[in-house]
Amino acid sequence: MDLTRRNFIALGSGTFALATMSALPAFANLTDDAIAELTGGAALGEGGVTLNAPEIAENGNTVPIGVDAPGAVEISLYADGNPVPNVATFRFGPLSASRSASTRIRLAKTQNVVAVAKMEDGSFQMAKAEVKVTIGGCGG
Amino acid sequence: MASGVKPRVKVPKSAAAGDIITIKTLISHKMESGQRKDDDGNIIPRSIINRFTAEFNGQNVIDVVLEPAISTNPFFEFEAVVPEAGEFKFTWYDDDGDVYETAKQIALS
Repeated sequence: MDLTRRNFIALGSGTFALATMSALPAFANLTDDAIAELTGGAALGEGGVTLNAPEIAENGNTVPIGVDAPGAVEISLYADGNPVPNVATFRFGPLSASRSASTRIRLAKTQNVVAVAKMEDGSFQMAKAEVKVTIGGCGG
Repeated sequence: MASGVKPRVKVPKSAAAGDIITIKTLISHKMESGQRKDDDGNIIPRSIINRFTAEFNGQNVIDVVLEPAISTNPFFEFEAVVPEAGEFKFTWYDDDGDVYETAKQIALS
């Protein structure tokens, strides 16, 4: 496709539409519900978790994600634009050296990835990163 | 998905006592999300690995709950402490009840 002025504008408005869509409250609520279920409504602190996610993922089928939360007993990952927000939960055992792990996840579209860590003292810390997805990863 | 599942694990052959090592695991599995549709518009039923655990000499290192949002051929990377010589045991639990296991020996250097 030649990148003419017309195409460029169409592309631009498409991206804008996508950006507004990802802000749809329905999806955000699903994620908030899932997080509330985990935390029991406790307040979420910030800064205790490092979330490593690419800014742009060309293929939503396999997006590398890394989390690191010193002092955490459990880290849960959520994707607020997926049909099901839950992604994975890591529980660390006594022989785990660092409270960190990496995996590869599917993202349906451009959205926020949220990591919530349950700390040893029972408090919760969270981190959020937006990942721009060019090709979604849920098929259909 | 009982056939063609092949776990692959990368663990150093030896470490000093108390060392921190990095473990990488990968298992071939299609991880059918239950969201996709076939050509006739029927939903393809979910078939994923829903749990992964790593143990060293019976002590837990990491226990992961997997959801359909985990990619095909689930990959994990994490760190473990090696207090003594022994065996790492990795277990994957499939939705269909299958359990895939693999083990790696590690010696003290």
